Amino acid sequence: MISTEDIRRWIRSYADRIAEQKAYLTKLDSPIGDGDHGQNMNRGMQAAVAALEDAATPAATLQAVAMGLISKTGGASGPLYGTFFLEAAKQAPADAIDGADWAAMMRAGLDGVQRRGNAQPGDKTMVDALTPGVEALEQAAQDSPSPALPDILQAAADATREGMEATVPMVARKGRASYLGERSKGHQDPGATSSYYLFQAAADSLTSA
Amino acid sequence: MKKLINNPDAVVRESLQGFAAAHPDLVQVHFDPTYVVRADGAQDGKVGVVSGGGSGHEPMHNGYVGRGMLDAACPGEVFTSPTPDQMQAATEAVDGGAGVLHLVKNYTGDVMNFDMAADLAEDGGTDVRSVVINDDVAVEDSTYTAGRRGVGATVLIEKICGAAAADGYALDDVADLAAACNEDARSMGMALTSCTVPSAGEPTFDLGEEEMEIGIGIHGEPGRERKDIAPADEVVDLLMEPVIADRPFTDGDDVLLFVNSMGGTPMIELYLAYRKAVEVAEAHGLNVVRNLVGPYITSLEMAGMSVTLLQMTEERIRLWDAPVHTPGLRWGA
Ligand SMILES: Nc1ncnc2c1ncn2[C@@H]1O[C@H](COP(=O)(O)OP(=O)(O)OP(=O)(O)O)[C@@H](O)[C@H]1O
Ligand SMILES: [Mg+2]
Repeated sequence: MISTEDIRRWIRSYADRIAEQKAYLTKLDSPIGDGDHGQNMNRGMQAAVAALEDAATPAATLQAVAMGLISKTGGASGPLYGTFFLEAAKQAPADAIDGADWAAMMRAGLDGVQRRGNAQPGDKTMVDALTPGVEALEQAAQDSPSPALPDILQAAADATREGMEATVPMVARKGRASYLGERSKGHQDPGATSSYYLFQAAADSLTSA
Repeated sequence: MKKLINNPDAVVRESLQGFAAAHPDLVQVHFDPTYVVRADGAQDGKVGVVSGGGSGHEPMHNGYVGRGMLDAACPGEVFTSPTPDQMQAATEAVDGGAGVLHLVKNYTGDVMNFDMAADLAEDGGTDVRSVVINDDVAVEDSTYTAGRRGVGATVLIEKICGAAAADGYALDDVADLAAACNEDARSMGMALTSCTVPSAGEPTFDLGEEEMEIGIGIHGEPGRERKDIAPADEVVDLLMEPVIADRPFTDGDDVLLFVNSMGGTPMIELYLAYRKAVEVAEAHGLNVVRNLVGPYITSLEMAGMSVTLLQMTEERIRLWDAPVHTPGLRWGA
């Protein structure tokens, strides 16, 4: 079961990964964007971590993370990740979270991202990484009534990574990268990459859950 | 790249501090959340006009806050959209009871952040209408892109709508006017050099000594094509013809012709380009009834220019001529 403390650990682990990969994310954002995704996400996640301590429930914690991201990230990723956490917070049960709850929360987050940004799978955005990750969680939750969390979190992270890699040959249809048209081919999407880190951070930090 | 800065992360804040110190009669600058508001605050019964976007385009938008144009502006980091908390605070600061218009340039980040801010402000009891500006003909407008970018027309729409709000127009009327002006405006830009975002420290793109980029965006986004550098008159043709053809502007139309520097191109070259732009407009039978020439929507130190044409009507001419007093634009007041 995932507790409030586990969620804090997840967010800290994600923030560390973003800080570590800041330059790489920005490098990915340079040929097909405006070279700010690493800075944006790092600024936002620092604010999210600073907001962690005051919240007492999973929902309140995720809500605080959302507000930190919304107020400090900027760019397209601020409202998108902010909406992801806001919607996930709304689905969070009052206390402990099991695998099925987690799948429902991540689905709500993804639905929120798609409502906010109107992107479909195949548009070369974070949606291409999040979608297979969420589907893997749902599949695992369906296959077993009480799936072992470490297994399903790693399976979801793997699916997210594959989704991220699949963005390389895609032609961007949303965001700044879409201005390039065909020239966006051959580059990995920065937002899909930061989404993979999010799911990998869950697998890394919630394995004891 | 040499820059006159202290610390790349402090550029926006330190610049705003200087801006506030220079224009205390016209603006107040708030930090955390960051926004610029006219010195005399909300005007009772007047529609508030708010814009915002990434920094690096000065004087837009902060420089257009004051009397007769914007009531508030929200600066983001350099070339990065500002955040909803800034926009919400700015919106509430200029709500004089008649509602607030958001003028939003069409970039994914700006549109989504302003959307969230409008939701938050509406929850707080302020009427908000948003108009998205997308006048850049260099971008193909299709369902396969984020759509046309908002560029030069933004300055013109901020002036005209600011005057309309000052004139007592209701929120829906100012918003409809903004949307109509956007429909009737087209722009295109070009670059001779790249610019360098302070926090990135390296040029945004590489452009050879003998090359130019036609159809550049105001953040160094790629354009339609890269070409060998050409004489100014040919460059102006390459910008004016697509702008005229896209709408299209036709024989007998009254227009405002706006020739803008991307930041690095000096006035001597800009007037030279304006001379040719007028010639092209007149060759198509257009009447250039108003103009604007100068660095009004820039891209840091990028060398290059853009042209914007806006169809003028009697109403728009009257609003354009109305007094304006801001740090970046001033006449009649
Ligand atoms: N409509 C959208 N739906 C989902 N994801 C999107 C959308 N538009 C962009 N993205 C994601 O956002 C990422 C870019 O985020 P980033 O923080 O760099 O913002 P940005 O587009 O540069 O914003 P800004 O234009 O304000 O600077 C892309 O890699 C993509 O994954
Ligand atoms: Mg970016």
